[in-house]
Amino acid sequence: MILARVAGTVVATCKDLRLEGRKLLVLQLESPRGDSRDSFLVAVDTVGAGVGERVIAVQGSSARMAEGCKDSPVDTAIVGIVDSLDLDDSVGKEG
Amino acid sequence: MRLGRVVGRLWCSVKDESLQGQKLLVIQPIDASGRDNGHELVALDAVGAGSGEVIYWCRGREASFAFRPKDVGTDASIVGIVDDFTRNQNESTGQGNTT
Repeated sequence: MILARVAGTVVATCKDLRLEGRKLLVLQLESPRGDSRDSFLVAVDTVGAGVGERVIAVQGSSARMAEGCKDSPVDTAIVGIVDSLDLDDSVGKEG
Repeated sequence: MRLGRVVGRLWCSVKDESLQGQKLLVIQPIDASGRDNGHELVALDAVGAGSGEVIYWCRGREASFAFRPKDVGTDASIVGIVDDFTRNQNESTGQGNTT
Protein backbone atom coordinates (compact mmCIF):
# COMPACT_ATOMS: atom_id res chain seq x y z
CA MET A 1 0.00 0.00 0.00
CA ILE A 2 1.14 3.52 -0.63
CA LEU A 3 1.15 6.49 1.70
CA ALA A 4 -0.34 9.65 0.23
CA ARG A 5 -1.94 12.99 1.02
CA VAL A 6 -5.32 13.89 -0.50
CA ALA A 7 -4.49 16.83 -2.76
CA GLY A 8 -7.83 17.46 -4.46
CA THR A 9 -10.99 16.11 -5.98
CA VAL A 10 -11.93 14.92 -9.46
CA VAL A 11 -15.29 15.60 -11.08
CA ALA A 12 -16.19 13.57 -14.17
CA THR A 13 -19.59 13.65 -15.79
CA CYS A 14 -18.77 11.14 -18.47
CA LYS A 15 -17.39 7.95 -16.92
CA ASP A 16 -17.75 4.21 -16.70
CA LEU A 17 -21.18 3.24 -15.34
CA ARG A 18 -19.60 1.27 -12.51
CA LEU A 19 -17.93 4.42 -11.23
CA GLU A 20 -21.14 6.41 -10.96
CA GLY A 21 -21.66 7.77 -7.47
CA ARG A 22 -18.07 7.02 -6.44
CA LYS A 23 -15.92 9.78 -5.00
CA LEU A 24 -12.67 10.31 -6.90
CA LEU A 25 -9.74 12.07 -5.23
CA VAL A 26 -6.32 13.21 -6.37
CA LEU A 27 -3.52 11.75 -4.24
CA GLN A 28 0.01 13.05 -3.91
CA LEU A 29 2.45 10.39 -2.79
CA GLU A 30 4.30 11.04 0.45
CA SER A 31 7.20 9.52 2.36
CA PRO A 32 6.60 8.23 5.91
CA ARG A 33 8.34 11.40 7.16
CA GLY A 34 5.78 13.53 5.37
CA ASP A 35 7.89 14.69 2.42
CA SER A 36 5.78 15.10 -0.74
CA ARG A 37 6.80 13.17 -3.82
CA ASP A 38 6.29 14.52 -7.30
CA SER A 39 3.79 11.83 -8.20
CA PHE A 40 0.00 12.08 -8.41
CA LEU A 41 -2.76 9.49 -8.75
CA VAL A 42 -6.53 9.44 -9.05
CA ALA A 43 -8.11 7.08 -6.52
CA VAL A 44 -11.60 5.93 -5.57
CA ASP A 45 -12.41 6.81 -1.98
CA THR A 46 -14.01 4.01 0.05
CA VAL A 47 -13.55 5.45 3.54
CA GLY A 48 -14.73 9.08 3.36
CA ALA A 49 -11.36 10.82 3.20
CA GLY A 50 -11.11 14.59 2.74
CA VAL A 51 -8.65 17.01 1.18
CA GLY A 52 -5.49 17.37 3.28
CA GLU A 53 -5.83 14.03 5.04
CA ARG A 54 -3.11 11.42 5.02
CA VAL A 55 -4.31 8.09 3.67
CA ILE A 56 -3.20 4.63 2.59
CA ALA A 57 -4.22 3.33 -0.83
CA VAL A 58 -4.19 -0.09 -2.44
CA GLN A 59 -3.04 -0.40 -6.06
CA GLY A 60 -3.53 -2.89 -8.86
CA SER A 61 -6.11 -5.65 -8.90
CA SER A 62 -6.21 -5.64 -5.09
CA ALA A 63 -7.96 -2.27 -5.34
CA ARG A 64 -11.04 -4.08 -6.56
CA MET A 65 -11.25 -5.86 -3.21
CA ALA A 66 -12.05 -2.57 -1.50
CA GLU A 67 -15.60 -1.93 -0.37
CA GLY A 68 -17.94 -1.49 -3.35
CA CYS A 69 -15.22 -1.78 -6.01
CA LYS A 70 -15.93 -5.35 -7.07
CA ASP A 71 -15.89 -5.66 -10.87
CA SER A 72 -15.18 -1.92 -11.23
CA PRO A 73 -12.49 -0.55 -13.55
CA VAL A 74 -10.42 0.69 -10.60
CA ASP A 75 -6.70 0.30 -9.92
CA THR A 76 -6.23 2.61 -6.92
CA ALA A 77 -8.53 2.70 -3.90
CA ILE A 78 -8.16 4.60 -0.64
CA VAL A 79 -8.64 2.04 2.15
CA GLY A 80 -7.64 3.90 5.32
CA ILE A 81 -7.17 7.30 6.92
CA VAL A 82 -3.90 7.48 8.87
CA ASP A 83 -4.27 8.46 12.54
CA SER A 84 -0.61 8.17 13.42
CA LEU A 85 2.62 6.76 12.12
CA ASP A 86 5.61 5.78 14.22
CA LEU A 87 9.01 5.44 12.60
CA ASP A 88 11.89 3.72 14.35
CA ASP A 89 13.90 6.92 14.44
CA SER A 90 11.11 9.48 14.82
CA VAL A 91 8.25 8.62 17.11
CA GLY A 92 4.85 10.27 17.07
CA LYS A 93 4.45 11.67 13.54
CA GLU A 94 0.87 12.81 13.19
CA GLY A 95 -1.28 11.77 10.24
CA MET B 1 8.90 -11.64 -3.36
CA ARG B 2 11.32 -8.98 -2.20
CA LEU B 3 13.51 -8.29 0.79
CA GLY B 4 12.73 -5.44 3.13
CA ARG B 5 13.15 -4.07 6.62
CA VAL B 6 10.42 -3.02 9.02
CA VAL B 7 10.96 0.67 9.80
CA GLY B 8 7.72 1.70 11.44
CA ARG B 9 4.10 1.11 12.20
CA LEU B 10 0.91 3.02 11.47
CA TRP B 11 -2.61 3.12 12.77
CA CYS B 12 -5.89 3.85 11.00
CA SER B 13 -9.19 3.92 12.87
CA VAL B 14 -11.16 4.55 9.70
CA LYS B 15 -10.32 1.80 7.24
CA ASP B 16 -11.74 -0.78 4.88
CA GLU B 17 -13.76 -3.47 6.64
CA SER B 18 -11.40 -6.19 5.41
CA LEU B 19 -8.43 -4.49 7.14
CA GLN B 20 -10.02 -4.52 10.59
CA GLY B 21 -7.75 -6.21 13.12
CA GLN B 22 -4.76 -6.34 10.78
CA LYS B 23 -1.34 -4.91 11.66
CA LEU B 24 -0.01 -2.23 9.31
CA LEU B 25 3.76 -1.84 9.10
CA VAL B 26 5.98 0.60 7.20
CA ILE B 27 8.69 -1.29 5.32
CA GLN B 28 11.79 -0.19 3.44
CA PRO B 29 12.66 -2.45 0.47
CA ILE B 30 16.34 -3.48 0.52
CA ASP B 31 18.68 -5.10 -1.99
CA ALA B 32 20.76 -8.25 -1.58
CA SER B 33 23.46 -6.21 0.16
CA GLY B 34 21.04 -4.91 2.76
CA ARG B 35 21.01 -1.38 1.35
CA ASP B 36 17.81 0.65 0.98
CA ASN B 37 16.31 0.13 -2.46
CA GLY B 38 13.30 2.22 -3.44
CA HIS B 39 10.57 4.05 -1.57
CA GLU B 40 9.05 2.92 1.71
CA LEU B 41 5.58 1.42 1.60
CA VAL B 42 2.86 0.13 3.89
CA ALA B 43 2.38 -3.64 4.18
CA LEU B 44 0.07 -5.90 6.11
CA ASP B 45 1.79 -8.25 8.53
CA ALA B 46 0.93 -11.96 8.13
CA VAL B 47 3.71 -13.41 10.29
CA GLY B 48 4.15 -11.26 13.41
CA ALA B 49 7.12 -9.17 12.25
CA GLY B 50 8.46 -6.36 14.40
CA SER B 51 10.44 -3.17 14.19
CA GLY B 52 13.91 -3.45 12.67
CA GLU B 53 13.47 -7.01 11.43
CA VAL B 54 14.53 -8.08 7.94
CA ILE B 55 11.56 -9.65 6.18
CA TYR B 56 10.44 -10.74 2.77
CA TRP B 57 7.23 -9.45 1.34
CA CYS B 58 4.85 -10.21 -1.45
CA ARG B 59 3.12 -7.65 -3.61
CA GLY B 60 0.15 -7.55 -5.94
CA ARG B 61 -3.10 -9.42 -5.66
CA GLU B 62 -1.21 -12.43 -4.32
CA ALA B 63 -0.46 -10.47 -1.15
CA SER B 64 -4.04 -11.03 -0.04
CA PHE B 65 -3.63 -14.81 -0.33
CA ALA B 66 -1.55 -14.76 2.86
CA PHE B 67 -4.76 -14.15 4.81
CA ARG B 68 -6.95 -16.78 3.18
CA PRO B 69 -9.68 -17.83 3.64
CA LYS B 70 -10.35 -14.19 4.62
CA ASP B 71 -10.63 -11.73 1.76
CA VAL B 72 -8.24 -8.99 2.81
CA GLY B 73 -7.80 -6.04 0.46
CA THR B 74 -4.03 -5.58 0.39
CA ASP B 75 -1.39 -5.26 -2.33
CA ALA B 76 1.62 -5.80 -0.02
CA SER B 77 2.03 -8.38 2.74
CA ILE B 78 4.93 -9.47 4.92
CA VAL B 79 5.05 -13.25 4.51
CA GLY B 80 8.32 -14.20 6.19
CA ILE B 81 10.92 -13.07 8.74
CA VAL B 82 14.48 -13.51 7.46
CA ASP B 83 16.94 -15.22 9.80
CA ASP B 84 19.88 -14.80 7.45
CA PHE B 85 20.49 -14.35 3.74
CA THR B 86 23.57 -14.86 1.63
CA ARG B 87 24.83 -13.80 -1.78
CA ASN B 88 27.51 -15.76 -3.67
CA GLN B 89 29.16 -18.75 -1.97
CA ASN B 90 28.89 -18.47 1.79
CA GLU B 91 29.29 -14.73 2.11
CA SER B 92 26.70 -13.57 4.60
CA THR B 93 25.30 -10.22 3.54
CA GLY B 94 22.57 -9.59 6.00
CA GLN B 95 21.12 -10.86 9.20
CA GLY B 96 17.62 -10.92 10.47
CA ASN B 97 16.90 -9.02 13.64
CA THR B 98 19.42 -6.31 12.84
CA THR B 99 18.37 -2.81 13.83
